[in-house]
Order: sequence, then C-alpha cells, then structure tokens
Amino acid sequence: MTAIRTPTLYQQVVDSTPDGHRLDICLQCGTCGGSCPSGGDMQHTPREIFALLRAGYDDEVLRSNTPWYCVSCYACTVRCPQAIPITDLMYTIKQQAIARGYYDQHAAAKFSETFVGFVEQRGRSFEFGLATRFHLFHHPLQSIRLGMVGLNMLRHNRLALRPKSIRQMEQLAAILNKAKELAAKEMQA
Amino acid sequence: MTSRSYLYYPGCALQHRSHAYEVANQAVAAELDIELVELDDWNCCGATEYFTINRLPAYALVARNLALAAGQDGGDLLAPCSACFLNLYKTDRHMKQYPALAAKVNKALDAGNLHYEPGTVRVRHLLEAIITDIGLDELRARVRRPLYGLNLAAYYGCLIARPYPVFGSPEQPTMMDRLLEALGANVVPFSLKTYCCGGHMTQISEESAFEMIHRLIKNAAESGADALVTICPMCQLNLDIYQDAANKHYETNYFVPAMFFTQTIGLALGLAPDQLAFGQEFVSFAALIEKIQDAPPPRTRPERRPKQALPMPAMPEEV
Repeated sequence: MTAIRTPTLYQQVVDSTPDGHRLDICLQCGTCGGSCPSGGDMQHTPREIFALLRAGYDDEVLRSNTPWYCVSCYACTVRCPQAIPITDLMYTIKQQAIARGYYDQHAAAKFSETFVGFVEQRGRSFEFGLATRFHLFHHPLQSIRLGMVGLNMLRHNRLALRPKSIRQMEQLAAILNKAKELAAKEMQA
Repeated sequence: MTSRSYLYYPGCALQHRSHAYEVANQAVAAELDIELVELDDWNCCGATEYFTINRLPAYALVARNLALAAGQDGGDLLAPCSACFLNLYKTDRHMKQYPALAAKVNKALDAGNLHYEPGTVRVRHLLEAIITDIGLDELRARVRRPLYGLNLAAYYGCLIARPYPVFGSPEQPTMMDRLLEALGANVVPFSLKTYCCGGHMTQISEESAFEMIHRLIKNAAESGADALVTICPMCQLNLDIYQDAANKHYETNYFVPAMFFTQTIGLALGLAPDQLAFGQEFVSFAALIEKIQDAPPPRTRPERRPKQALPMPAMPEEV
C-alpha cells in the first residue's frame, strides 16, 4: 500500500536546488562551517543545519539565522568533499523561510525584497532608494550615522539621487511576471 | 595591433557608486585598442538578492541579458563586476546543465518575445579578457610609467574564484598577481586574496561585515601592501567606504587604499590620475602616486644559507 505524503522540507529544499540531491551524501565532516567567513555569527553551522534538515527539525532550520548570515562566497561549496552546492541550498532555505512566513518581516529578508522591488520596477538597482527605504524602516536609530556615510558618498560623487530605468520595462515586467507564475506553480506541485 | 571588440555589461554599480571603475575601464580600453560595446538596454543581474527571494524570476532576469547579448551578436560578453559575471555565467551554465530549468526560463522569456539558447554567449570577466587576449607581454611593452616601488596586494574576492574556477585555483589564483608584476609593481604575498569582503552584510549586520573587512585590511597591511587591487565594485566599496568604520570598531588605524585594477593598469600606461577618476575614493590614493619610483628598487636577495642555520649533518665517510 502506498500512502500519499506531502513532501518534507528536506525534499522540497533538495528538489528545488540544482544538484540539491547531493545533500543525500553529506558526510557531516564540517568543512563547510570551518571555511565560512561568517560562521562565527551563525546560530548553527551549515553542517548542523543540514543535520537538522535531514532529521526533520524543520522549525529549527527555518528559524535559524544561518542562511541569512551566508554571504554567498562559495568557500564551502568548492571545499565540500561531496560537491554539495551548499550556497545554493542556503538560498533555497531562505526562500522557504520567507514563503512559510518565518522571515518575511526580518531585516535581512526585507533588504533583499526592497532591492528586488526596485529592480522589478525599473530594471536597475537604486542604492539611494534602497538605503533610505530600508534603513528608515528597520534601523531608524542608526539612520543618522548611516546618513553620514550617504553624505560622504555624495561628496565623493558616488551616490545618485535619481533612479535610472531601462527602456523596455514592459518587456522585463512581462518576463518576470511569467516567471513568478511558473514559480508559484512549481511551489504547488 | 588589431583592435578588439566586445559586448560590455557594466552593471548597476558602475553607473554611479563605482563610476571611477567605469571611467578607468573606458580609459584603459581606449589605450589598449579595445572597443567595449555596451549591451543595449541591459537590466540588473539581481546581485545576491534576487536568488534569495525567488529562484525562477532570478534566472529569468539574468537570462534577458543573455538573450539580448545573443541578439546583438557583438562577441564575448564582458562584465567588470564579479557578481554580475557570476550571475551571467551561472545562469548560462545552469540552463545548459538542467534542460528542465532552461525550458521554464525560456517560457518566461517568451512573454517578452525573447529566447536564449544556452551556450550561445561566452561570459567573461574583464580582467580575464585583458590578461588572456591582450597578454602580459604586450601589456608590459605598453607600460610607460612602471609602478616601481609600489607594494600591491592582489585581491580577487569570491565570485570569480568560486564556485567556477575560471581563474585557475579557487583558493590561490595568481592571474592578477602576474598582471601587477608586469606593470612593474611588487606583489606582496596576500593569504586572504580570495576571502570574502562581507558582501551586503554592511547593510544587514554591520558587526559581521566589520569583522571581515578588518581581517582583510589587517592582513594586507601586515603583508606590507601599500594598496589593495580589486576587481569588483562590491569589494572596493566595502574596503574603501567602510574602512574607517571597521578601524573605529576595532580601534585600529590601518590605511590601505583599494584601487580598481583598471586604475592600476591606467596609471602604469601613463594616464593621468583624473583620467582614471582618482579622488572618488574615501581612502586616498594620493600617497601611492608619490611612492612610485623611477627605477626598480634594488632586489635584496636572501642569503642562500642563514649564518645561524644548523650545520649540515655529517655524512658517514665512505669506506
């Protein structure tokens, strides 16, 4: 008899990451955590996250700050003796944490979202808008000091106050909307 | 010399924040008879942010650029930014490797009347193209003001060294070291040359970022470097704009300017500092220019055998 089961978080993560299934052969050697430049700030090392994920401790995995402290430097990925795409798996765990409402209001997720918001609107990133929108909302107390950095950037002619847009914005919007639609279907499947 | 032509994807950072890099790229390209044809109506690559939010649109965003590049047919696509380079390179490669992904990305592109056949566009980083296509011998021949007396640390950062080792070793590449030597500079051994600059962490968790920035400037200074040479606007931003904050955080006073590699090349080719947008940096380059000497500093050879070394073991006499 076969029972229909909803896929576990582990399955979802490995299925939606290119080469993600290599996580099946993780040795738990810890080379990833040892190579990580921001490992010291993580609640769990990457090795621990993968152990928790495989053991079904979904809540701990999704609540952990670990993927959010991943700086995407790929040091773990190139050193992993089992060639597991660790950085890409961290991206997938972040997507899952946002999709399931764990990190949707968190500063790190908001930063990415604000950045993406400008790209989706204009086709280009816009630092001044990103900095003001993100920091005033999330770090109002630090805003004065950050404002000084901004002023200094202006003084060195390194900050644009007006955003730039691409010409064929409708084309890009159509492509992104279609991709989002396909991604939503993927999530449901 | 025949002139070379490439498609060029400057990326958002070079539009303003790192405009000095763009100025130096154009100046050096003109000097080396390289034509950089800007990819028409290119869009942002998504940096490290879009893949966090939603994977498929992130691929589609990058793939639009690849499709435009294939349509424009202007040769290899050069990116001067490591993050742009990796996103373009990785998307092309993943689409080739995973046909199901390529099909979905193309379905999305189709909504904008575009299509991309993976493998059509060759994505390269500007540094690699200059070194491979122009060659160090020719560069050496074009040097008009050798950077004698400058001690430079070649800083590669992450995304061109990893995960795809297009620069040779993912841990200790030497491509840029050889370039800087060809310009007459003394390249110091720099053990953190592929260590992360902290990326977007300055915005999310300052203390983590300061720790990474501090490790880099400390290691560079202790290696004897007068300056770091970078190939990525994100690395330069963190090392330059946040150097002061990282110093304050750790109560240190390291002073290590971070140059873009084309600014360094331009200087050696004899271009004036304003032609290379010197002055937009926070940690000033002024002292570096003063430091350049007219002749190479005398080479101090280490003695073959230090005097205090242990004596050689006595060999048993042959009978």
